[in-house]
Amino acid sequence: MARGRIRERLRRSHLHPFSCLRPNANNSEGPNPLQGPGFSRIVHCNQPLKHQKKPLKYCSNYISTTKYNIVTFLPKALYEQFHRLANLYFLVAAALSLTAVTPFTPLSMILPLAFVVGLSMAKEALEDWRRFAQDMKVNSRKASVHKEGGVFGYKPWQKIQVGDVVKVEKDQFFPADLLLLSTSYDDGICYVETMNLDGETNLKVKRSLDVTLPLEDDESFKNFTGIIKCEDPNPSLYTFVGNFEYERQVYPLDPSQILLRDSKLRNTSYVYGVVIFTGFDSKVMQNSTKSPSKRSKIEKKMDKIIYILLSLLVLISSISSIGFAVKIKYQMPKWEYMQPLIDNNLYDPGNPGKSGIAHLITALILYGYLIPISLYVSIEIVKVFQARFINQDIHMYDEETGNTAQARTSNLNEELGQVETILSDKTGTLTCNQMDFLKCSIAGTAYGVRSTEIELAAAKQIAMDLEEQDTQNINVPRYMKSANKEDSRGGPEIELESVITSKCENDQKPAIKGFNFEDSRLMHGHWLNEPNQEALLLFFRILAICQTAVPELNEESGMFTYEAESPDEAAFLAAAREFGFEFYKRTQSSVFIREKYAHPGRLIEREFKILNLLEFTSKRKRMSVIVQDEDGQILLLCKGADSIIFDRLSKNGRIHEETTTKHLTEYGEVGLRTLALAYKKLDEPEYSAWNNEFVKAKTSFSIDREAMFERVADMMEKDLILVGATAVEDKLQKGCIDKLAQAGLKIWVLTGDKMETAINIGYSCSLLRQGMKRICITVMNSDVVAQDSKQAAKENILMQLTNSSQMVKLEKDPHAAYALVIDGKTLTYALEDDMKHHFLALAVGCASVICCRVSPKQKALVTRLVKEGTKKTTLAIGDGANDVGMIQEADIGVGISGVEGMQAVMASDFSISQFRFLERLLVVHGHWCYKRIAQMICYFFYKNIAFGLTLFYFEAFTAFSGQSIYNDWYMLLFNVILTSLPVISLGVFEQDVSSEVCLQFPALYQQGTKNLFFDWYRILGWMGNGLYSSLVIFILNIVIFYNQAFRAGGQTADMAAVGATMFSCIICVVNFQMALTMSHFTWIQHLFVWGSIATWFLFLFLYGLMPPYYSGDVYKLLAEALGPAPIYWSTILLVTVACILPYLVHISFQRCFNPMDHHIIQEIKYYRKDVEDQHMWRRERSKARQETKIGFTARVDAKIRQLKGKLQKKSSTSVSQNCMPSPS
Amino acid sequence: MSSHTASSSNVGNGSGDSGVPKRNSKRPKYSKFTQQELPACKPILTPRWVVSTFMLIAIVFIPIGIACLIGSRDVVEVVERYETECIPVLNRTDKVQFIQSDADKTCTISMTIPKRMKQPIYVYYQLDNFYQNHRRYVKSRSDEQLKSASKENDTSACKPEDIANGRGAIVPCGLIAWSLFNDTYSFSRQNQSLTVNKKGIAWKSDKQKRFGKNVFPKNFQGGGLVGGATLNESIPLNEQEDLMVWMRTAALPTFRKLYGKIEVDLEEKEVINVTLMNYYNTYSFNGKKKLVLSTTSWIGGRNDFLGIAYLTVGMISFALSMGFTIVYFVKPRRLGDPTFLSWNRGPGSH
Repeated sequence: MARGRIRERLRRSHLHPFSCLRPNANNSEGPNPLQGPGFSRIVHCNQPLKHQKKPLKYCSNYISTTKYNIVTFLPKALYEQFHRLANLYFLVAAALSLTAVTPFTPLSMILPLAFVVGLSMAKEALEDWRRFAQDMKVNSRKASVHKEGGVFGYKPWQKIQVGDVVKVEKDQFFPADLLLLSTSYDDGICYVETMNLDGETNLKVKRSLDVTLPLEDDESFKNFTGIIKCEDPNPSLYTFVGNFEYERQVYPLDPSQILLRDSKLRNTSYVYGVVIFTGFDSKVMQNSTKSPSKRSKIEKKMDKIIYILLSLLVLISSISSIGFAVKIKYQMPKWEYMQPLIDNNLYDPGNPGKSGIAHLITALILYGYLIPISLYVSIEIVKVFQARFINQDIHMYDEETGNTAQARTSNLNEELGQVETILSDKTGTLTCNQMDFLKCSIAGTAYGVRSTEIELAAAKQIAMDLEEQDTQNINVPRYMKSANKEDSRGGPEIELESVITSKCENDQKPAIKGFNFEDSRLMHGHWLNEPNQEALLLFFRILAICQTAVPELNEESGMFTYEAESPDEAAFLAAAREFGFEFYKRTQSSVFIREKYAHPGRLIEREFKILNLLEFTSKRKRMSVIVQDEDGQILLLCKGADSIIFDRLSKNGRIHEETTTKHLTEYGEVGLRTLALAYKKLDEPEYSAWNNEFVKAKTSFSIDREAMFERVADMMEKDLILVGATAVEDKLQKGCIDKLAQAGLKIWVLTGDKMETAINIGYSCSLLRQGMKRICITVMNSDVVAQDSKQAAKENILMQLTNSSQMVKLEKDPHAAYALVIDGKTLTYALEDDMKHHFLALAVGCASVICCRVSPKQKALVTRLVKEGTKKTTLAIGDGANDVGMIQEADIGVGISGVEGMQAVMASDFSISQFRFLERLLVVHGHWCYKRIAQMICYFFYKNIAFGLTLFYFEAFTAFSGQSIYNDWYMLLFNVILTSLPVISLGVFEQDVSSEVCLQFPALYQQGTKNLFFDWYRILGWMGNGLYSSLVIFILNIVIFYNQAFRAGGQTADMAAVGATMFSCIICVVNFQMALTMSHFTWIQHLFVWGSIATWFLFLFLYGLMPPYYSGDVYKLLAEALGPAPIYWSTILLVTVACILPYLVHISFQRCFNPMDHHIIQEIKYYRKDVEDQHMWRRERSKARQETKIGFTARVDAKIRQLKGKLQKKSSTSVSQNCMPSPS
Repeated sequence: MSSHTASSSNVGNGSGDSGVPKRNSKRPKYSKFTQQELPACKPILTPRWVVSTFMLIAIVFIPIGIACLIGSRDVVEVVERYETECIPVLNRTDKVQFIQSDADKTCTISMTIPKRMKQPIYVYYQLDNFYQNHRRYVKSRSDEQLKSASKENDTSACKPEDIANGRGAIVPCGLIAWSLFNDTYSFSRQNQSLTVNKKGIAWKSDKQKRFGKNVFPKNFQGGGLVGGATLNESIPLNEQEDLMVWMRTAALPTFRKLYGKIEVDLEEKEVINVTLMNYYNTYSFNGKKKLVLSTTSWIGGRNDFLGIAYLTVGMISFALSMGFTIVYFVKPRRLGDPTFLSWNRGPGSH
């Protein structure tokens, strides 16, 4: 709030004709007595040397966002690694493997762990290095700093110190928080863009103190000194308290003199400033919170599975150590061949308890293969690749900004595939924030023939539908068909035709920014021939005069561009210019207009004296100027929300009310932002009487000054005469939320805008549409600040919430859509603990939710509420620093990286350069990554269970002694090499359907949201499969190699032969299983899957060739014993087939009877049915779109219904003259 | 505001001049790999594939199964359990005491050949309930010592059978060697003895590389406890084939080990007399001892299981193949039929 007031005052000081009457409240208070804690900072201006030692030594301007430095890297990164339970387990296991209890050689425990942890740490180091490089880029930016004797020189940002005088030039960022001293403008004004701080794109005016105005060139800083005493660093962007002591005078400082780091100087050629806060002391850095490390839902669930496996591990270890103890106690003494009584510290029949416990450790290590050690590292590798694919995706590269999409953290890739709710910022996110003047209604006549995107889409869809009908229904009247052929001109349906033909026109981009108007009746002075010439003239003048913008001559084109409060206003000015009313100059009291056509052939420059300016506020929803033209005529020109204006019309000003209303409704339907324009003539005495009142109100010091001012303004703004209405299109970013809505995502818009703007935006981006039931929750008169009224407000809101919920619940019509609109003030109550669940329940029931006037903090709170309340994945997307909280709070934060050095991007997990890329990011990459990771994890558990349990079964045959049937090297290689590459290739390359199909069938995305691929059913299924495989592998091998000779030579199989055969079976089984799991084989998958099997045999062969000193039992095992034995190969074949048979049956069965969507689409693609039967393909594509209640498609459908209805009517009457679509 | 956009575009242009090359370099390079558009085969399980895969499995497995069964049936195997029979009836109450005594342990059993056995006939001894795979046991050996004489003292792994009291290292050391099986068999038919060839029963690799030719037994079975057979100290280890066979530890507590080969054919109904020296103590842990005569075929010894398993899997596959064929006929689902898409099916069916 404070910020708003400051801005208002700033603006007034600049534009307001009564600036001289501005109450000098601040000055009368005098400088703040700055004392006590929190106000200890002292800055010696232009004497940075004084800040080189304590206590005046402040932190440097060096910033660092890295997680580690060279010293802390090792301990911190190691801590991070062993933070994970699985890794910790392996660390302990590796440590224990150095003792006697180990069932393996220590090397086989330590090597994989070192590999896995080393790889993860290398990745960490690389990521941190990148952050460091980014920091260095910022730190080494150059800024012009005063050196000595009035000479300025360039210094890197990191060297800038408190007290330095800095010169910042146009379009540069401020290197630190500065006190503004002087600017290139005489009156010490400069314009600042604070987009990086708060996401607001409009320019803010900063104004230096009057005393420092003379410091206007480099020379003048030669002897400049001063002392600033001010508050300590704090994160509040909109407050500043301090004093400036200059030439033995003390001046109070307020935020309007402070230039914040990371905001940008605009429209001002240079400014001088003194550095107050540097580096981490600066407000923007104080605002930045450490981004919380986020983990995806899948990973959290994976942890749970690991816990399950760990419990299983403990269970079987206990079984095995109990078995061991029992065997030791009762049987071991009889085993004389083991000399049980001698040297038996681990196998002490006399003390089975102790031996059992020691054995528990052995068993815990031995069965450790149940826990996939390489799971984390494999996932990390896969995610790095996935992130690279995201970064490199050419379809997400923005030509305009030259930015690619960036996966800034790779641990959330799969989360992208499970998003349920999107919380979006508005500005620059949903809309391009570029207004185009598209249509207008003047004196009851509608002008402007261009169509909005929605109209175009509707026309196209109708044409297609009718074509379809053509093929199906021959009874369609002939002319209807012809009317919809694009080339036919003679059809009776002018409307549709105009819509269709204008489609081609629309292809030519509007040459003029803010102006996309096309109507020969008004352009090029033709308006002079229109009947309502007077009204037209007035309309144009209102456009040109009723504004607060500053003109700026573009030297290249010779045209004026406008620095305006709102984009609408800029569009109006552009329109006025095109109509021949060019606003070219503004002084403190006048607006100058160049009129082109009013007197043919001549340019007339007119001056309009601005007598008063009645500001636009969200409460008033209108703005007016009172001007005096050159003839002395005083006019009140007013523009505002139609409802407000219509209330204030005089009786004779309502001539066009009806038609205008009709037009406004039409405009609203197609998503245009509308304003009504009105005027009234004033005579001198009437004006001066009112002006006296007004001046009194403005200069009064009483608390209710605002109220007084409003009352006075109200008195003036009545009995207006309606001139017309404007319709401005806020171009949506392409493909905006439509596809996302079709993918079944819920979209919430959280915006700092006023409610009306927010609703307008909601309309233009199709979040809201006509016919949607809108629930507005607002708090009634909250002006009185009292405890009981707060309670009352709360109760009021609660009532509204419960009533609305009731209404939603009782709704019978399945097509009814609700939209919830709530403002920030209400939200403060609604987010309180006792209310938030009501609020959430209501919001979840609504098709779209718009929260307006929300603070950054509230954005974060709403995000948290949605995240924690629905337990579903939320994604927050935004582009400004005001979205940082929300981006960090959400499960996934996406930043829009349009502008460099963005705060939102820095806080985000993914950055894209345009909102529309979000679709591809979610629907393609998210979908893929989700499936890949889910399948990968399932498979990992499968293969480790299949392998690990065979170790356990074998124990039962070794008297639970802890002997493994496999050679240590097999086991070492199992996780690290033999089975990891195929699964990694699955994680990196698997595609169930191609990216085009993902985009064409956004409904496929629901597979992720519903978590079909990582639900417990599937996980347990895979585990069951692992259990089955382990049993089959073990039992078959044991029975086949029971005791008889295994080859013609009569030799029986020893442990090495059985172990190697069993392991060969495992390798074949898990790799064939992998091949069955994959649905997409590039040469890489082929190489890895089949290569892994080949590697195993190659390894076994080569290992056998090594001298027995290294190979032991394996010496020449394959070459001599197993290779020539047919039973070896036939066992592998038998076991492999027996193991994968159930899975094969399962997938065959599933595909046959219960195919999933991607199965069908794969089949369609496989048989090229989409090419043969394009009709079906198109139909399915449109059906695949979720029943959306919001979004462009829903809008188009509504429009189609309307047009079709009209077609029907028209076809019966066959009359039509109306050029504009009119609502039926 | 519009002027913001206007000026921002100016900014864009301004920086564009210098930024053009940089910008181009930022554009991801197109490659099929990075765009994830590598050519790929995307096999799908069509009914034809399903049926023919199962059929193929059946077609491959059933013949293999039959072949295995035939191979297995070719094998003639005679098993004679003798651990109780070879204890004199009087001593059967305390077998352990008998086996540890110095009494005469010669014992004769006879085996009837059920079917003609072609040479070579392999002679095995089979022990039950003997944990050769126990960790304490498996680890108790020294491959280095077995291989080279210079590593004679490399006995650290061999505990508790590593060093003989005061006489240095035991060669071969360790529990495995120490517990070497020492029952001996001599065969005769019709009072004519059958030679048992004890050569060529160990793996070639063992003889050539793993057991040294200049390593001689030393201090073996010299301690207080005698675990099993003694070794001739004049024969190097690489010729002690019984030891080599024994030291290939078995995977399961029931195991057979090759004793020797009889290299003459044995006729059906022939009775073979075996004179055996029943030295080995399996009585303390109730271990069975069996003597096995067996021929081999290409799949090794008698092993019906493999063939049966193959036949079972083959049959199941055949049944599945038939089942799926019927299913596809009875309730066909046209592939790529869009009516099965979730949005075309009723709610909740998915």
